Amino acid sequence: MFTETSMATAEAAPRNEPAPTLLRVENLRTVFEKDDGLVHAVNDVSFDVRRGEVLAIVGESGSGKSITAMSLLRLIPSPPGQIIGGQVLFDGQDLLDLSDDAIRQIRGRDISMIFQEPMTSLNPSLRIGRQLAEPLRVHGSVPKGKVRERCLELLRQVRIGDPEKRLDAYPHELSGGMRQRVMIAMGLACLPRLIIADEPTTALDVTVQAQILELLRDITRANQSSMMLITHDLGVVARYADRINVMYAGRIVERGTAHDIFHRPRHPYTVGLMASMPRLDDAIGNRLTPIPGSPPDLSDPPSGCPFHPRCRFAQPRCKQERPPLERLDEEHWKACWVNLDDTH
Amino acid sequence: MSLSIQPPAAATPATPPRRRNRPKALHFPRRLCKERPLGALGAMICLVLLLTGLFADVIAPEGFNAINPIERLKAPSAEHWLGTDQLGRDVFARIVHGAQLSVIVAFAATTLSIVISALLGILSGYFGGRLDMIIQRLVDGWMCFPDLILLIVAVAVLGPGTWQVILILGLLFGISGSRIVRGAVLSAKQNVYVHAAQSMGASSTRILLKHILPNVMAPLIVLYTTRLAAVILAESGLSFLGLGIPPPEPSWGGMLSLDGRSYMFQAPWLAIAPGIALTVAVFGINMFGDALRDLLDPRMRGGGGRYLARVKRTIGS
Repeated sequence: MFTETSMATAEAAPRNEPAPTLLRVENLRTVFEKDDGLVHAVNDVSFDVRRGEVLAIVGESGSGKSITAMSLLRLIPSPPGQIIGGQVLFDGQDLLDLSDDAIRQIRGRDISMIFQEPMTSLNPSLRIGRQLAEPLRVHGSVPKGKVRERCLELLRQVRIGDPEKRLDAYPHELSGGMRQRVMIAMGLACLPRLIIADEPTTALDVTVQAQILELLRDITRANQSSMMLITHDLGVVARYADRINVMYAGRIVERGTAHDIFHRPRHPYTVGLMASMPRLDDAIGNRLTPIPGSPPDLSDPPSGCPFHPRCRFAQPRCKQERPPLERLDEEHWKACWVNLDDTH
Repeated sequence: MSLSIQPPAAATPATPPRRRNRPKALHFPRRLCKERPLGALGAMICLVLLLTGLFADVIAPEGFNAINPIERLKAPSAEHWLGTDQLGRDVFARIVHGAQLSVIVAFAATTLSIVISALLGILSGYFGGRLDMIIQRLVDGWMCFPDLILLIVAVAVLGPGTWQVILILGLLFGISGSRIVRGAVLSAKQNVYVHAAQSMGASSTRILLKHILPNVMAPLIVLYTTRLAAVILAESGLSFLGLGIPPPEPSWGGMLSLDGRSYMFQAPWLAIAPGIALTVAVFGINMFGDALRDLLDPRMRGGGGRYLARVKRTIGS
């Protein structure tokens, strides 16, 4: 368990018996149709979320992490987007096969999403109470007369002071942090088994960020839900994630426990990410090392390993063949031809 | 970790709550007068117009069609407040009854046009894709024709009359207005909260009614009020051309053309009275519409007060 003052260190507690799988994604492929051809936003992505864990998906902007999350609930705007392959097994049910009505039953009730922009995710013309009640009304999970009561309870759960008054407020009367709390309350309303939090703290102050994340973690633990945390903020990941998937150019390039990723990264991209992140234990005067170049154009991805043009360990083979995601040990996977060790 | 942690500081209210103890019914008129005085004036004008229309028979009981050749083309006097026309009919009575006609035509045609606009615009904007393409090409085709040509053809086909005018104007304004609604829907659809509602499992109908419609209300209100004024003007224009409401019905436009234009020099009041009536009505509706838009849209709340405060400061200094 972390204390308030713990530094950005990864949870090292090893798991003996992995918890049963809640959601399994297999070979998910999502493309976007653009004027100049197809953009392969998500390529053959496979991962699973276990019961009660916090799974992080980390990557640069445009690495396909948000699109992956949206694809799970089939929220990709179509056209131009399209899921062209793969399976999303939730409780043994393929979400990609469900009818529109059936997937709507899942959304918000079994799997809910929290979006990254608290300033715009609430409808400015509706009072908080009505919006908070929306998932409850849609899924009829609470009898009509009890909706308000449940809303108050939710607001208290996300620690909003004076909930009675907040219910009648409009979104513009709340601060960013409070709005994000309301969004979290909405996401939690139906006690979903999986919460997908897409950059839940990007738009918030650092102090508020910590509060929101802790809140999210505590509540998911209390409800025994799982959480998929999508972020580019490695500090966030270090503190709150159990396992981490690192995405690059629409693919998962490395997967492991938070400890693996932070202390024994094996993919050059992950290594680069670590080197480009400021650390408290760095010597003063140490400069950050950026990853040279920029993410590839996904409508025309490089041959072979998508990372090879930016990779300082690149070998001739990397240009020709794409490395598969291979298992290193129990929890640690990587997609790279080069065998890095701790001395890189 | 348990949930019984004391609430963090950010959860306490940051701003003192706004007082809301005034009676609700009086809240809006008070804000109107305070923040948008011109809008209040517009509301007064609209109210007068509406009441005049409703109680035309009470205000001018002797009727707008009482022909009296002996009294023809009399200047305004105590007996005939606005004079008489070439048939000796009381101009004041005709203006009052004309208001009735204008009100009926304006509200009916505008309501029809808004319903058409909203329906087409929402279908087109929200569902998009092929449906959008088809609807928009039809609208394009419709808008290729000058309004006046469409009106003349429509009148030629349907014949003149009050209901025909309502139908034609409703259709005409409705179809062109659908573009505005479509645009508003398109931008409302992009809002994250629409995606959020989808991610919560809300159905299309629910999203349309709860999230899209309230956000296109502001443009719809503006559209409604500007259309209201435009319809009054268009009806007058049609009647002026002899395509609108046929005499002897006292349409303001018809009065301007048939009587006003012919006797402009002998009896200028024949043109001045309906002209002023039209101008005032259109001005009032527009002002009221603007104020409504500003006050009803929660996103613009408070703006008026600040604006007025600035004006007051400028005047004061």
